[in-house]
Amino acid sequence: MKARGKFLFGSGIIIATLLSLAYVGYTQSKTYYHTISELPTLHGGTLHQRMRVSGNVRAGSIAHLDGRVDFVLEEQGASLPVSYTGHDPLPDTFKDGAQALVEGHLAPDGRFTADQVQAKCASKYEATPGAAVGAGQS
Amino acid sequence: MDVFGSFALLLAFLAAVYAFGAGIAGILTRRALLTKSARNAGMAVFGLVTLAVASLEYFFFTDNFSLAYVASHSNRALPAFYKFAALWAGQEGSLLWWSWLLSVYAFLALFLNRKRHPELMPYVGVTLAGVQIFFLTLNNFVATPFKVLGGADAAGAMHVARLSEGTGLTPLLQYPEMVIHPPMLYLGYTGFTVPFAFALAALLGRYPGEKWIHITRRWTMVAWCFQTVGIMLGAHWAYSVLGWGGYWEWDPVENASLLPWITGTAFLHSVMMQEKRGMMRVWNVWLVFTTFMLCILGTFLTRAGIVSSVHAFAESSIGGWFVGFLAVVLVVCFAAWWKNRDYLRSDNQLDSLVSRESSFLFNNLILLAACFAVLWGTLFPVLSEWVTGNKISVGPPFFNKVNIPIALFLLFLTGVGPLLAWRKTSFDALKRNFAWPLGIGIVAGAVAFVFGFRDFYALICLILSVFVTLTIFSEFFRGARVIAHRDGTNLLAAVGDLTMRNTRRYGGYVVHLGMVLIFIGIAGQAFNKDVQMELSPGQSLSIGPYTIFCQNIDEVSNDNYQSERATLEVFRNGKSQMMLYPERRFFITSQITQTVVALQSSPLRDLYVVYDGRSPDTGKPEIHAHLNPLVKWIWFGGIVVVLGTGLAMLPNRRAVLVLRAATETSWGEGVAPESPSAVGAVAPRADTHD
Repeated sequence: MKARGKFLFGSGIIIATLLSLAYVGYTQSKTYYHTISELPTLHGGTLHQRMRVSGNVRAGSIAHLDGRVDFVLEEQGASLPVSYTGHDPLPDTFKDGAQALVEGHLAPDGRFTADQVQAKCASKYEATPGAAVGAGQS
Repeated sequence: MDVFGSFALLLAFLAAVYAFGAGIAGILTRRALLTKSARNAGMAVFGLVTLAVASLEYFFFTDNFSLAYVASHSNRALPAFYKFAALWAGQEGSLLWWSWLLSVYAFLALFLNRKRHPELMPYVGVTLAGVQIFFLTLNNFVATPFKVLGGADAAGAMHVARLSEGTGLTPLLQYPEMVIHPPMLYLGYTGFTVPFAFALAALLGRYPGEKWIHITRRWTMVAWCFQTVGIMLGAHWAYSVLGWGGYWEWDPVENASLLPWITGTAFLHSVMMQEKRGMMRVWNVWLVFTTFMLCILGTFLTRAGIVSSVHAFAESSIGGWFVGFLAVVLVVCFAAWWKNRDYLRSDNQLDSLVSRESSFLFNNLILLAACFAVLWGTLFPVLSEWVTGNKISVGPPFFNKVNIPIALFLLFLTGVGPLLAWRKTSFDALKRNFAWPLGIGIVAGAVAFVFGFRDFYALICLILSVFVTLTIFSEFFRGARVIAHRDGTNLLAAVGDLTMRNTRRYGGYVVHLGMVLIFIGIAGQAFNKDVQMELSPGQSLSIGPYTIFCQNIDEVSNDNYQSERATLEVFRNGKSQMMLYPERRFFITSQITQTVVALQSSPLRDLYVVYDGRSPDTGKPEIHAHLNPLVKWIWFGGIVVVLGTGLAMLPNRRAVLVLRAATETSWGEGVAPESPSAVGAVAPRADTHD
C-alpha cells in the first residue's frame, strides 16, 4: 500500500502541474465566439475580450488599404465593419461572398480589428452549393 | 447500375441485422447452427459492401454524372488515380468507405477465428455486427452515396438528370498523399473496432484470463500502425500543401485523429501489466472502450462540423446519429462492465514506486492526461456554450502548454521504463543503468547550451533524446553481447538474432527510437525562422545561410489551371545552390486558388518557400520563406516507428534459451506463450546481466 500511496502522491503533483499549465494556456488563448448581432449587446469586460466572429464577406466590400484590409461581414441582416491588420496574407479562399471567421478585438467605435482571418468557401470540401448540381446533402 | 449498388448496400444492412439478431439468439439458445449462420451473415456483409463500393467506383470511372456524389466530386479531366480516390472525398463516400474497411476487418476477424474460441467468437460477431448496423444505417438511409440527380416533376413522375460534367475534386485533395492519408487513418479508426469487439465479448462472455488480450494484440498493433501512418501522412500533407509552413495546428480534426492514437498507445503499454502481472484489468477494458469511442467521435468530428475546422465538411444532419450511437456504446460498455466487474479483479498490487509497473502506470496516467487535455480543448467551444452559454475556443498555446511537458515526461519514461525491473528495482541497479546515459545526455545539453541553444524545452528534449537513444542502444548491446559471446558470432548478427527472439520487446525499442527521432524533429520547431517580403525580379532576401534571388515571375497555364510562378535562385555563401519555383494556381473548374509550395528538404533543415501572389497594395510579388530545421527527422522517425511496429508483429523465432518447448502458437494468438517461457528467457535478463 505504501507504493500505491507514493504513486498517488506523484500523480497528484503531476496532475496539479498540468492543470495549472492548462489554466495558463487557457487564459492566454481563450477566444469568445460571438455573432454579429450579439456584439451591440456586449458591455463591460466582455467588450475587451478576444473574440471570434463569423459572417459572409459582403460583395464588393473588400478594400485594400495601406497596411490593412477593410471589409464588411454580414450575417442574418446584421453587419460588421472589419479591419484586418494581421501580418499573414489573406487566405486564397477569402473573396466576395466567402464565409469568413475573424479573430481579434472590438474597437470602441464598433469596428472590429482582426489579426487573423480564416475563410472557407462553402464549396471547399462539399459540392458546390446545391444549385449547381442539384445535389445537396441529405 | 445505381440500383445495383444501393441494393447491395441494403442487403449488407440486412445481413448485418441478421448477424446481430441470430448471433444473440445463438448465444441465448446455444444452438451451434444459429451461431454459424450468424457468422456467415457477418462475413457476407463484406462481399455485399464490396459490391457497393465497386459499383460506386464504376460510376466514377465511367463519368456517370447522374449520381449526385459523382457529379460533385469528379470531372472528366480528373486523372484516374484521383477518380479512384474521389470515392472518399465527400461525406457519403467516406462513410461507405468506413463501412467497407470495417467489413474487411470483421470478415478477417470472423474468418481467421472461425475454428477457434467457440465461447468468445459469437459475442465478437454480435459486437461487430452491431457496429456495422450503425454505419450501414447511415449508408442506406441517412447519407447514401447512390443518390440520383433529378426530381419529381409537376405530375409526380421522377426524372433523372444527368450532367455532362462534374464539379471536380477539390484541388487541395489532388495530391498523392491525400489518396493514401484518408484510407490509412480510416484503417486505424476502423481497426480499433476489432479489439473493442473482443474486449466487450470477453467481458460479456466472462471469457477466462487474459486471452482476449493475446488474441487482439496484433489487431491492436495493426490499427495503431495505420493510425500512426494516417496521422503522419496528414501532417506531411498539411506541411507540403497548405503552405503555412507547419505540420500541426491543433485543428479539431487533427486532434480527433490523435485521440484514439493516444489511448491506443496507452493500451499497448498497459496490456503488458495485465499479461505479466494480472493488473489493470478494468483499466484495459476501459481503455479499449474509450479508444473505440474516440474513433467514433473522430469520425463524427470530421463529418458533422460541430467544431469549426479547416477540414469541416458542410454541416449536416448526421451529427445526431453519431451522438446517439456513442450514447448507446457508452451504455452498453458501462452495463457490461458493471455486470461483470467482479470478473476483472486484479491479481496483484503495486509493489514499489521504482518498478516497471509504476513506469507503466505513469505512462498511462500521462497519456490519459494528454488525451483528456486534447479532448477538452477540442470540445471546449461546445462544452462552454453548453455550460455558460458563451462559446469559447482555446488555441495552440493551450495545447502546447499542457502537451509539451507531457511529451517530454513520456520521453523520459521511454528511457527509464524498459530498464526498470518488474516488481522492484534496487537503487544500485538504477545507478548502474542510468548514470552514464543520463550523464552523457546532460553533457550533450551543456555543449548545446554553450553553442547557443537557449530554448528550455528544446534543450530538455535534446538531453532526453540522447539519454533514451543511449538506453535503447545499450539494451540491444547488452543482449547481443551475451549471444555473441555464447555463439561466437559477431555483434551485428547477434543483434539480429536477439531481435528475432523477442520481436515484441526489440520491435518496441525500434518504435521508441522512431519516436525519439520525431521528438527531435518537433523540437527543431523552436528554431524556425521566416521572412516575408515583397520581392520583385532582381531583388533578393536573406534567410539563415541562404540568399534567395528572384529571377522572374511568369505565368503558366493548362486546361486544369492557370498559374503564376516565381523563379527563385537560392545562393549559399555566394554559390548558387538550387532553383525554386513556388506557384499559385487558379483551378478553372472549381474556381479555387491554391498555393504550391517550393520545398527543399535536407536532414538539417527545410527551405520552404511560398509565393503569396501580388500584394494588393503595391502590386509587387510577395514571397514568404521559412527555414524549418530538422523537419525531415519527423517523417523519417515515422518510418522507423512503422518498421518497428512491423517488427513487433512478427512471430518470435523460437529462442534457444528457452528450455521448455513453447506451445505451438496459432496465428490469431500470435506469440501468446511468450508470457511464461519467452518472457522468462528475456525479462529477468535485465536484472541478471547487468
